[in-house]
Amino acid sequence: MLGLNRNDTLLLIFVAIITLAAPILMNPFPTESSLAQFNAGYPDLMQRFVIFGIFAIGYNILFGLTGYLSFGHAAFLGAGSYACVWMFKLFGYNVLPGIVLSVIVAGIFSVAIGYISLRRSGIYFSILTLAFAQMSFALAYSVLGQDMWGLKGGLTNGETGLQVYSNDPQIFHSEAAPNLPHLFGVPMRETWIWEYGAWQFQFNAGFYLCAIIMLVVFYLSMRIFRSPFGLMLRAVKTNQNRLNYTGVNTKPYTLAAFVISGMYAGLAGGLLSAMDPLAGAERMQWTASGEVVLMTILGGAGTLIGPVLGAGMIKYFENIFSKINKGILEGWFSFLPESVADPIVSVLYLFTGSGWHLTLGLVFMLVVIFLPGGLVGGLIGAGRRLFRRGGGKAAKNTQPTPTSQAAE
Amino acid sequence: MDLDAVLLQILNGLDKGSAYALIALGLTLIFGTLGVVNFAHGALFMVGAFCAVTLQKVLTLSTITIDETKTDFLGNPLKVKTPYVENWFGEATGATIIDWAVPLSILLAIPVMLIIGIVMERGLIKHFYKRPHADQILVTFGLAIVIGEIVKASFGATEQPVPAPQSLSRVTDVGAMLGLEGINVSYPSWRLVNMAFAAVVIIAIFSFLRFTTFGMVVRAGMADRETVGLLGINIDRRFTIMFAIAALVAGLAGVMYVPIKPPSYELGMQFLVISFVVVVVGGMGSLPGAVAAGFLLGLLEAFASTELAKGILPGIDQIIIYVVAIIILLTRPRGLMGRKGVMEE
Repeated sequence: MLGLNRNDTLLLIFVAIITLAAPILMNPFPTESSLAQFNAGYPDLMQRFVIFGIFAIGYNILFGLTGYLSFGHAAFLGAGSYACVWMFKLFGYNVLPGIVLSVIVAGIFSVAIGYISLRRSGIYFSILTLAFAQMSFALAYSVLGQDMWGLKGGLTNGETGLQVYSNDPQIFHSEAAPNLPHLFGVPMRETWIWEYGAWQFQFNAGFYLCAIIMLVVFYLSMRIFRSPFGLMLRAVKTNQNRLNYTGVNTKPYTLAAFVISGMYAGLAGGLLSAMDPLAGAERMQWTASGEVVLMTILGGAGTLIGPVLGAGMIKYFENIFSKINKGILEGWFSFLPESVADPIVSVLYLFTGSGWHLTLGLVFMLVVIFLPGGLVGGLIGAGRRLFRRGGGKAAKNTQPTPTSQAAE
Repeated sequence: MDLDAVLLQILNGLDKGSAYALIALGLTLIFGTLGVVNFAHGALFMVGAFCAVTLQKVLTLSTITIDETKTDFLGNPLKVKTPYVENWFGEATGATIIDWAVPLSILLAIPVMLIIGIVMERGLIKHFYKRPHADQILVTFGLAIVIGEIVKASFGATEQPVPAPQSLSRVTDVGAMLGLEGINVSYPSWRLVNMAFAAVVIIAIFSFLRFTTFGMVVRAGMADRETVGLLGINIDRRFTIMFAIAALVAGLAGVMYVPIKPPSYELGMQFLVISFVVVVVGGMGSLPGAVAAGFLLGLLEAFASTELAKGILPGIDQIIIYVVAIIILLTRPRGLMGRKGVMEE
């Protein structure tokens, strides 16, 4: 279906079902129960899941396929955010032109930065992208945020962040349209609440817009992974020298991958602005680039579903795990005598609440050390090993070849 | 710009550059010997800085006595805090010890940083020699997050100021110090001390590598590790020690930088980007290159932040380092003094 083989079609359908049913699946606990704080099914967080999923899917096309480790993709996310808010300021609150422009702007940026950075590889490439991203951040934060060309607050409005003011032109804005981001009249904040027994599910327009876009770009990335172009990118990762010796010019391929991933980042940035029309320079900081690296590696670079999973995990950690404070921990261990519970709580507290970054860092290190394929890669490896072991006994009698052993 | 202003900016540049040069020197030592790209190096710098914070906190641990004769502003009997060191060594000596907390913490930082370096190399980095550079970057990036969070959990997220010793926290008349007539520049004494310290450390590292047998073996190992190993020399053990020394250099730079910039857990990440840019500009694996690039970029940054430069190109001070790095990487791919064949696979 859609030019995919059977397994990929199943995967796509699976992802589609999970994503579209997310408002229900993410809310497994009744609203009044004590576990309700672990529900992730509120619009704001679900939007973040899919938007950063898009970001990570795009990053994976560059890093997962070509092995080029960019530390500067947040620059494209930021550029996309700014572009989208500018569209709101100039033409009104319809999100479609904003999202389209953010993809285009990020594409132009990534052609320029990619063309220069891709002249080097390895660590030099990482440092070049890092330098470009930090430069964009510094420019957006200070220089472009000063009054210029008669624009108050310049292009980026500096520290305050770019936002829409009531005296902005918004030339296509009509009285009938809502005064906040909308898609042809449907506001992004519109939420339909469905009460079912003790549960409450929220279906948000903005989330569904992002989710559908994510499914489309996920499908695109599947096609890229399975295409001859994707194969060429994998060849670049495996051995670029040999490709060069055979007379292939790899630059167009890597540049295309870089630009595609930059446009994905721009799309994510545009969607962020579409959900909340405020763009700040901190989205461009290199730690934001580091975050998408974490997401992709954690889930599994080079796998299709891994980056989405990684993005979901990190955003879940950031928003839910970080809410586990001392009181909640004490509640959990209240069945123990105080002398036992206190040390447990104080140790666990280091890893939860505001210390969630510590857990994230440790998990990330463990994944890099022990599971180079990320969580998904590890799962696939484990599954394959199980299957091999089951079928291996039968196979051993028929053809005990050394190659099958090597494969294990 | 008159001569005074130029001299002032040179001093500013050397001040910044000395921190850059020390961090980049350590990074290059690690890269040149072990071939590992260490993204946790900024974190080591921060750990050094927090050695000073810890020592100051330990020294100021106090007993609280109640002075019945005086009252505080609420009318309660006044609580007088006396640090233990003042009880033990007498008031004047104790106060001096507390005052000199930052220089004293060098003594604390030396064993701490060496141990951290050895543990880090044996426990983690060792397993990554054969893995791709991307993996090394990622695992040390994770380690940097972990170290930062541990520091945050123990010291809080705020900046922890520790002052320089009082006698060094004033300004020095640089013109008089250099014996130059007609130059009227005053500069904070501690920053001058910091520069001198950086110079001493850099000279010490270079002499260590140049004039000792140990250093000779290490240099030989940097040039051709395999042959040195075949000659029956345990090069791994020496490289472990070099890693510890690199960690020590970063830590000492961190200690000395405390009075200039109060450290917080984010300090490591702030310096990391800059120091990598410095290393790459200097040339991956070249020690003189790292030092030269450190001072060069420090000076460029200082001159770019003058009003004159900002008047020509607004915001140049924010981006000059990155612009220079990009230009150098594209025109001289090996950096200023990079060796052939390093990181060029």
